[in-house]
Amino acid sequence: MNFANRAHVICSWARFRFVVLACFLVATGCFRHERPADVTIINGNEPESLDPHIVTGVSELRLVKALFDGLIKLEPTNAAPVPALAARWDVSSDGRTYTFHLRTNAVWSTGEPITTDDVMYSWFRALSPATAGDYAGQLFYIKGAEDWYNGKLTNRNDVGIHALDLHTLQVQLNSPLAFFLELCSFPTLAIVPKQAIEQHGDRWLHVRPLSTSGAFTLEAWRVNDKVRLRRNPLYYDAAKTASEIIDVLPVGSPNTALNLYETGVADIVWDKDLVPTELMDVLAKRPDFHSFTYLGTYFYRFNVTKAPFNDPRVRRAFALATDKHRIITKLTRGAEIPATNFVPAGVANYSGAGGLNFDPEAARKLLADAGFPGGKGFPRTTYTFFSASGGAKLHGKVGVELQQMWRNILGVEIELRQIERKVFYSSQSKLDYDISTSSWIGDYNDANTFLDLFTSTSGNNRTGWKSARYDQLIRDANLQTDLKQRAAIFQEAESILIAEETPIVPLYFYAGFNYYDANKIGGIWPNILDEHPMQFIYKRNAGSRVEGRGLGRETLSANAK
Amino acid sequence: MYFLKRLASLVPLLLVISFLAFVLVRLAPGGPFDKERKPASPEIERQLQAKYHLDQPVWKQYLLFLGGLMQGDFGPSLKYRNHTVTDIIAQALPVSILLGAVAFAFALGVGIPVGYFTAVRRGRWEDYAGSFFSILMVCIPGFVVAPVLIMMLAIHWRVVPVAMWASPAHVILPVIALGLYFSGRIARLMREGMLNTMQSEFVTAARAKGLSEHTLLLKHAFRLAVLPVVSYSGPLLADLLTGSFVIETIFQIPGIGVFIVNGSLNRDYTMVVGLVVLYAALLVVLNLIVDFAYTLLDPRVKYA
Repeated sequence: MNFANRAHVICSWARFRFVVLACFLVATGCFRHERPADVTIINGNEPESLDPHIVTGVSELRLVKALFDGLIKLEPTNAAPVPALAARWDVSSDGRTYTFHLRTNAVWSTGEPITTDDVMYSWFRALSPATAGDYAGQLFYIKGAEDWYNGKLTNRNDVGIHALDLHTLQVQLNSPLAFFLELCSFPTLAIVPKQAIEQHGDRWLHVRPLSTSGAFTLEAWRVNDKVRLRRNPLYYDAAKTASEIIDVLPVGSPNTALNLYETGVADIVWDKDLVPTELMDVLAKRPDFHSFTYLGTYFYRFNVTKAPFNDPRVRRAFALATDKHRIITKLTRGAEIPATNFVPAGVANYSGAGGLNFDPEAARKLLADAGFPGGKGFPRTTYTFFSASGGAKLHGKVGVELQQMWRNILGVEIELRQIERKVFYSSQSKLDYDISTSSWIGDYNDANTFLDLFTSTSGNNRTGWKSARYDQLIRDANLQTDLKQRAAIFQEAESILIAEETPIVPLYFYAGFNYYDANKIGGIWPNILDEHPMQFIYKRNAGSRVEGRGLGRETLSANAK
Repeated sequence: MYFLKRLASLVPLLLVISFLAFVLVRLAPGGPFDKERKPASPEIERQLQAKYHLDQPVWKQYLLFLGGLMQGDFGPSLKYRNHTVTDIIAQALPVSILLGAVAFAFALGVGIPVGYFTAVRRGRWEDYAGSFFSILMVCIPGFVVAPVLIMMLAIHWRVVPVAMWASPAHVILPVIALGLYFSGRIARLMREGMLNTMQSEFVTAARAKGLSEHTLLLKHAFRLAVLPVVSYSGPLLADLLTGSFVIETIFQIPGIGVFIVNGSLNRDYTMVVGLVVLYAALLVVLNLIVDFAYTLLDPRVKYA
């Protein structure tokens, strides 16, 4: 058949219609037909994992908490620790031994009872080097746990985790720990299904039905598409679960997130990096834009192992020449608060020590004392930050602003160095920088989650700064059971960190941003940990899909008041 | 026979490419486990390296990778630790293939007629309008076209969905945003090809023979004029089928393009190598198909 004939056959009208119809059917068949979710939430980037013992990112932690409970969970209105799988607990008089009494009615979503065997398995799994979880260190407060992890202990009985019976668990700590209950609510200490993990290894989260211990089951997890959660009817507190199906969308682009929200595809956007900074002025005025103080600090680090920043006077001069208000009013434009301390305002049982305020005159004098009057002879210095999209684009803008402040006030020239994120963290760890952008989000509501960072042995110190006095103060504070005295010791330590030695300079405390229409969405209460358990979130006026749902709402509304 | 030989040469080629990708991605500064938060103990980092064999010499890691590849396993993703690279490809590639294939059809469907008519109507207003369109499309990148289309069609008039991948209607905007640029390029190639062919001797001879203009252009000239477009289609299709980072990000499409870019940024070694091998295999196979198409279109081309 020659070309013309072939073309004629292919292009004949009947065939054309057939091809179009076939294409349409193929295209339609490529899509799933799912029931719409009750609530759709945009949650930041695709979760790296949903394994509670592995995850470290904020977006993953939110999801994992909906699937796997620990002994304790956080109350949705104020993020205070409340009973979860443990119905109650006793603490010994020396504060070192906790005895948890598990609920007798707690079962997996597949029906098997949850007992201390599951807790033992889960905690030892989190503590296993084979799991290679970044947060395994959260269990090192337990007696013998660190030695077990490092292979120095081989007898499990020497680790301070003991099942006294099927529903009683005893935990012995190295020392009294004011935030141990908060720690028990963290996913690293969540209860995971032994059978699925032992049978399927790293792919255990692909098993359906997956046994979960939390308020939801994992119905679907499609990479870069959605995570679909379905209410776990066997959850001990299922009566309060307010939505049957929640879709969690992994959206990394702030503009796409806003488009999806504006067109009603998504009901909630909750990630501070998902607010387009260009639109912050407009968005901040809207009633569905909610901002709140948040347990996170944006700061910069000095590499104190190299001149000129090995001199505390130079570091203090830079700190005094930093106008934090200007950065907020000009760049972030949200509800951020200038940081006078490193530990954010509002953290439990603590108020900050007070650091260095903007004082150009004192800054110039200090720099002159250090041998650089008017910035003369100051060596070539770089400010390192990483390139990123979304809200994180701010790092570069902050760098430009700081560069200008230091030029105008101190007369020093700073070069900006933008590198890839992975290279950035590698350089920071190797102390291959002069000044670098940094941030820290607290894991639990306690000053220790911030101040512990700059102890000499902390892998997150990354400044080269070591102070035996500071280390001792942090140790002393954590041994102290009296909260007031503990706060006083922490204050002394923080004062060394930000006013005397100044290896870091806090710039501002993060503000959390969520957007959702409070007239349409209920079950979200602002709190410092940005902790919003999905169990309580529901769409208003959507009809009662879940028996007893109102109970949860009323109880929580009462609590909120 | 020729095509079988070409197919056989695919194996050593892919081995070389995979080895280069394997080594190069490891030479880049920073590693998969460099993060904002350091684990509490250096032992944890050592364990992570050991778990994924990153503590072993590169040649040994490569042999392990090849062993897995023989069984169709690209290994676990170092970033998405509960998924294997094969899992992710299996989920994301069909999406990119659907999007890419429709965008390809769109690009050809718009580009070839525009190119053909601008050549046939050379010097008239149709030529100027078509050429202006094709140059405009080549000049405006997808990340500009996409937001404009979203603003008009999805937000202002609400005739199509704004993003996501849930129904045939969700395909419309990404296909236009992705396909317009290529339709511009194809139109330009087609126009050039058509103009060249129209000046060739066999066209003049056919015209002298008294063949009608319509038959001459459509049945004789078109076949040769379309050859540059066919050559371009191989790599273009490989490009389109392996997704587009920009379009997938803007429209929140769960395709493979996002993983190609983010895999390298995340130093997700296994992901990068797996996707490079996939892309290379697609490119080679599609080029082979293009060569085969040549034999159908141009009677002068023959492979022994």
